[in-house]
Amino acid sequence: MPELNTSSLPDLIFSILFFFMIVVTMREVELKVKFTIPAGTELEKLEKKSAVSYIYVGPPTQQYRGSMGTGTRIQLNDRFAEPAEVMDFIAEERTHMYDQTEQVVSLKVDQHTQMGIVTDIKQVLRKSWALKINYSATKRAD
Amino acid sequence: MAKGKRKVPGINASSTADISFILLIFFLVTTSMDSDKGLARRLPPPPENEQQDAEIDVKERNVLKVRVNAAGNLMVGGDFIEIGQLCDKAKEFIKNENNSPNLPEKHNKNIPLLGNCVVTDKHVISVQTDRGTSYDVYFQVQNELVRAYNELRDELSLAKFGRVYSMLDDEHQAAIREYYPQKISEAEPKNYGGDQQ
Repeated sequence: MPELNTSSLPDLIFSILFFFMIVVTMREVELKVKFTIPAGTELEKLEKKSAVSYIYVGPPTQQYRGSMGTGTRIQLNDRFAEPAEVMDFIAEERTHMYDQTEQVVSLKVDQHTQMGIVTDIKQVLRKSWALKINYSATKRAD
Repeated sequence: MAKGKRKVPGINASSTADISFILLIFFLVTTSMDSDKGLARRLPPPPENEQQDAEIDVKERNVLKVRVNAAGNLMVGGDFIEIGQLCDKAKEFIKNENNSPNLPEKHNKNIPLLGNCVVTDKHVISVQTDRGTSYDVYFQVQNELVRAYNELRDELSLAKFGRVYSMLDDEHQAAIREYYPQKISEAEPKNYGGDQQ
């Protein structure tokens, strides 16, 4: 039986590699809160990833339960924060944004969160003029 | 032996496949494939001065109050409804087909590409939640309201331009948006029907 010619195998794998490098985005931060985002039908895609800031809300993961408890927490970048700190976070995010008017805040909030904390965040976002928000969700077949 | 005739030994390239495999796996692990999707909303700008922004005078018939309590019960206008009915309720309210006196008032408006229309652009849907309402319920309410608008816009653009809203160009979309402007107001949360925090 003739041997299989594998000389083009590296090229093949390289093209898959490049495909992946273009299609995917780097994972932004290490998640310290656990959340399951709700499912909806009328979703829009988030364009312009560079102009998106993420706010995560949910109970801390197992690892941080000891120090942070099991209540709902906010995560900004790599740390836990209070609602009032969102303002500084938004201002800081803006400084390294190419087009500041396009800024979108993506809220990744756990389904079981109470609205109180979400409203607090929204009020702070209003005060910092970050008015475009996006309630992150998964697609639900209807 | 002539110099030019010497054979250069080929580099053994059999391991490049392995190397690129390792790179590939590295990228697969460190990146996330999930395309970010969500419900896009716009918050109202902050109140001009610190004092409570004066309740803008809107006639009662122009407001559809959607209240959600801590237990996740939904109240629209005066009656309790299920989440599945909200979309139709909202559509009926926004459209006001029969010009009924307790649904939003209609008046004439000249919209480019659509001409003279009778629209209900003074309507407001006000969503009021309790601090204890779960985010999921709130999200579903928002989802249903956006769905009501999307369906109305699709209906209109199908009737006028023969295509669904998302297939229209910017100019036509703007016209449709002017006919059915999205007006969902989010009132400050209140504490009612639930445990106080």
